[in-house]
Amino acid sequence: MTTRRRLLTTTTGLAVALCLRPARATPEELAAAISAFAAGGAVRAGRVKLEVAPLVENGNVVPITVSVESPMNEGDHVKAIAVFNERNPQRDVAVFRLGPRAGRATVSTRIRLATSQQLVAVAQMNDGSCWTQKVDVIVTLAACVES
Amino acid sequence: MARTLITSPKTAKRGEIIEIRTLIAHPMETGYRRGDDGAVLPRNLIRRLSCRYFDGHDDVEVFSAELFPAIAANPYIAFFTVATASGTLRFTWQGDNGFTQTESVELTVA
Amino acid sequence: MKALNVALLVALLAPPLAAHAADADPRRTGYDFMTPQVQAMQRDDAANPAMLAVQDGAALWERPAGASDKSCASCHGAAATSMRGVAARYPAFDAAQQRPLDLRQRINACRVDHQHAAPFATESADQLAIEGFVALQSRGMAIAPPADARLQPAIERGARLFNQRMGQLDFSCAQCHDDHAGQRLGGSTIPQAHPTGYPLYRLEWQAVGSLQRRLRGCMAGVRAEPFAYGAPEWVELESYLARRAAGLRMDAPAVRP
Repeated sequence: MTTRRRLLTTTTGLAVALCLRPARATPEELAAAISAFAAGGAVRAGRVKLEVAPLVENGNVVPITVSVESPMNEGDHVKAIAVFNERNPQRDVAVFRLGPRAGRATVSTRIRLATSQQLVAVAQMNDGSCWTQKVDVIVTLAACVES
Repeated sequence: MARTLITSPKTAKRGEIIEIRTLIAHPMETGYRRGDDGAVLPRNLIRRLSCRYFDGHDDVEVFSAELFPAIAANPYIAFFTVATASGTLRFTWQGDNGFTQTESVELTVA
Repeated sequence: MKALNVALLVALLAPPLAAHAADADPRRTGYDFMTPQVQAMQRDDAANPAMLAVQDGAALWERPAGASDKSCASCHGAAATSMRGVAARYPAFDAAQQRPLDLRQRINACRVDHQHAAPFATESADQLAIEGFVALQSRGMAIAPPADARLQPAIERGARLFNQRMGQLDFSCAQCHDDHAGQRLGGSTIPQAHPTGYPLYRLEWQAVGSLQRRLRGCMAGVRAEPFAYGAPEWVELESYLARRAAGLRMDAPAVRP
């Protein structure tokens, strides 16, 4: 591959790096993924805090923290926390399984974001109820990429 | 054997909520990228992390994470657990191509 | 940034001066240009992905190699003692080879001459691991290029390279990193380009890489043919960058976007 072609390929940046097909909004897929996790039940806004920088320097490594208000005792605790994205090739990001042994319903990880998009965290309680928060994240492309 | 880095307290008070931070060297190849020759780089992911807490009486999975291509390379996962009794925390990462790795850390609970 | 240019001119023409008042120093490392999230990733050794490579480096330090069957530790003992401050004063003039060497060349010289082992392959995991481990021992220490007149020709050539327009875009390093540091290029803030954090984990690479790898990326970025790995131009540029960054504290292994 000529140097020029390689440079042109890589300067289209992360969106190409992560996707075989161009990123496109798939709100139905996102809704379907959330609904499947919630086993068809209602998903209410609240109790969940999804922390992510509103503007990220590089979509390859984006730190996130999800914390859920919960006493985390036997009778009232978070069973699972799922994170979904809107515009990566695949909606799922991670599913964390907790329980009363966790003590605190807070998880942190680092994710990939192919482009600016919405991130959704859903917490499922032991009684089956689900709570959520959505955050919009802007992802800029690196200015100087190497071949 | 991938390099791992597990950060957790060596001692804790009974009932204390401790934070555990894990890091493992792994490319987390998504299966969506193409190499310089245009061929797709095959998917190679860690799919699951599990943490089991063995305190001499029972051996309980206190945390697990299911991971997807959207998790960044060299996965970093941090979570909390209650220090119930002295014992061993066993971390197992499993993934594509038969990848499996287990690391243990001791916890002393006063 | 005129103040930065004056500071650089003074730094280039004279041996490193005693540290001037911190508030008068317009220089900032790449760390200062990052978001709080990425800064936090660097500060936390439990979360910094480069620490995985450093762990590998610590293991390599103890491992016997080559016909000598000696490890780095056999001669150098505990790295925390023997390597303290070493990375901060490289590139340095090597009497045996009669030329300036950067840290990786120095490590490879040890491999070949003292361990009688094969040199580390350029940009290999092992090379980055041992570099990262050695660089860690200078954490928090001021970059202190040796006041060695034999380095001056390399520094001057490096300064010329830094100010030389290159590539199809016809930019010099100085145009972005002196004149427009702090301003934006695309979505990124242009840093001042001080090599305080190398080798570092670059989010763009999803891996640890060296200063040479980053500089090659810069050259590709202005559509210039990068110098080959190991070319003398790299040591010259590094020597200039070290003089230019003299006094700034090392933060290797860093994290950068």
